[in-house]
Amino acid sequence: MKKIATILAATAFAASTLAGNITVKGSDTLVILAQKWAEVYMGQHPDVKIQVSGGGSGIGFAALQSQTTDLCDASRKAKPAEIANCLKAFAARPTEYKVALDGLSVYVNPENSLKELTMAQVGDIFTGKIKNWKEVGGPDAPITIYSRENSSGTYEFFKEHVLKGKDFAASAQTMPGTAAIVQAVLKDKNGIGYGGAAYGGGSKLLSIKKTDASPAIEPTEANVESGTYPIWRHLYVYVNPALDKGEVAAYLNWIRSDDGQKYVKDIGYYPLPKNLRSN
Amino acid sequence: MGIHRGHQARPVEWLAEKFIFFVSLSAILMVLLIFLFVAREALPVFFGQTNTALVQKPIPPDEMDKHSPAELQAYLELTPDEFAKTERKTLRALMDVKLEAQDDIPEDFRNDPDARINTTEWKYLLQSHQWNGYDKPEYIWQPVGQIKKFNIIPLFVGTLKVTLIGLLFAVPLAVGAAIYVSQLARPRLRETLKPAIELLSGIPSVVVGFFALIVMATVLQSLFHYQTRLNAFVAGLALGFAVIPVIFSIAEDALTSVPRTYTQAALALGASRWQTAWQIVLPAALPGVFAATVLGFGRAIGETMIVLMVCSASVMSWSIFDSARSITTTIAAEMAEAVNGGPHYRILFLLGALLFGATFVSNMIGDFVIHRFKQKLEGKR
Repeated sequence: MKKIATILAATAFAASTLAGNITVKGSDTLVILAQKWAEVYMGQHPDVKIQVSGGGSGIGFAALQSQTTDLCDASRKAKPAEIANCLKAFAARPTEYKVALDGLSVYVNPENSLKELTMAQVGDIFTGKIKNWKEVGGPDAPITIYSRENSSGTYEFFKEHVLKGKDFAASAQTMPGTAAIVQAVLKDKNGIGYGGAAYGGGSKLLSIKKTDASPAIEPTEANVESGTYPIWRHLYVYVNPALDKGEVAAYLNWIRSDDGQKYVKDIGYYPLPKNLRSN
Repeated sequence: MGIHRGHQARPVEWLAEKFIFFVSLSAILMVLLIFLFVAREALPVFFGQTNTALVQKPIPPDEMDKHSPAELQAYLELTPDEFAKTERKTLRALMDVKLEAQDDIPEDFRNDPDARINTTEWKYLLQSHQWNGYDKPEYIWQPVGQIKKFNIIPLFVGTLKVTLIGLLFAVPLAVGAAIYVSQLARPRLRETLKPAIELLSGIPSVVVGFFALIVMATVLQSLFHYQTRLNAFVAGLALGFAVIPVIFSIAEDALTSVPRTYTQAALALGASRWQTAWQIVLPAALPGVFAATVLGFGRAIGETMIVLMVCSASVMSWSIFDSARSITTTIAAEMAEAVNGGPHYRILFLLGALLFGATFVSNMIGDFVIHRFKQKLEGKR
């Protein structure tokens, strides 16, 4: 096993030292955006070859440790155990770059009369404390919860920041992707789900109030970019600092430049605020 | 071997024989290797060597030299080999990471009574526990979050629930179809029915799952008016479709291979075709039908995609109209994100090993029962 890993690492290392060959692996949330970036960048620099694959943030970090990828896409921050694994593998912490913003919205069926919820109410619904729509001013019907698989970065983000670390209700149905959640919510008039604001297609996106007193904010582009909409997160790229030079560094710079950030909106995410960009 | 040969075996024949022998040996070896690999990854959980307590007493990096190497090695979760190879600077960085992890714990969780529990102990894996914030002891599978809950009982219940519904649906249908096709159907009809049913096994399970998710779930909900649209009942029925061809084709073979003389004798004595099929042929083919069911069970319990697509909430409930999460679904969905070598990763391997054990034992029992049946039928006991 170890031998295979070293051979793989050796070949990967050989591959990555070749001029202009970059491999990118990791988060499924980021994979479409990463492919778009790669496509455009390869169009501008014909001598560079970029290979993008998904699998999940965890897969990306595992590949970063075994040095089978140059860049690791992640929809969450690296966990301490993953940083420790990187230290063991190449005696350095991976460098973190923020590359985009993502707003998460709460979806309900279009037939649902409800328009807005507070953060606390959303949390209570997903932990199973609120079980009927009438408790939050909706129709008298039981709530069906649709959630993501616990392997998803979106799941972890939602659990930490909206549920404040509490457990999801055991009855929460876990769906394989955001599109599946939207599909389920559209078919179930008592359903509620969450996911990227751009995926909502056809379902009703609830406005969110930070506290009881604050105004309800719609998950629109302007509100996410300005930070007034309360549920949003960063998307990251991690890199082994030893590889962060030459072609890889140039590519990372381009991603975070105004030119690279232009494509973020096409995919449904939001560009970085000006002060976090590289130029 | 053992057979009297009319002529000396030619070298090519000898080679072919040995080759086939090694091929079959390699199959057994493969199974053994897979089991060893799975079990090896799960061993630390088995012996209680993992610790998931959220709050652990950190060692400040400056006090590194006050502790013995063995203590440091255990604290940093390194193997002795890794520890010896790691440079001092890196060790220090690892200690910083450990300390930061402790600093990152939200205030609410620092004083949580559950934060000092090692949730990978067998007690927490198998028994219910009243976690902070719950009003009664519960079985909870929530492996991601601040306090990781790894109770595997809901997964076993879910697996059994879905598998049993699938078998209850598939066995009567498949065996009935097998009796009809092999005993009662006219030859022309048989020639169309048999391939048609066996064609079912050619449908990829992901397509069956897709069909169940979009069509079956909606139709069944409007028929039975239950609350949860995606539940163990839908998954079980969809699973049935995947299992029917397996059971049908083996049961049909077993029924067809009952000697024609049995049927002829029964018919000559004045039994109707139905009586012959039900009272003579089916009992004679029972070992084969039983073997078909055992194989169907193995197929059902190992099926991943259908259950993954249709239902996957880890509820602790025996109600067929509640959701369920099977072991295979859990492994498939969570393996990708589990930190390599971490407790979640190890527990998924443990689940794999347990599943392997369960199917192995069920196949053994099946084999044993078939053997006994055969002896009884042949009048040896």
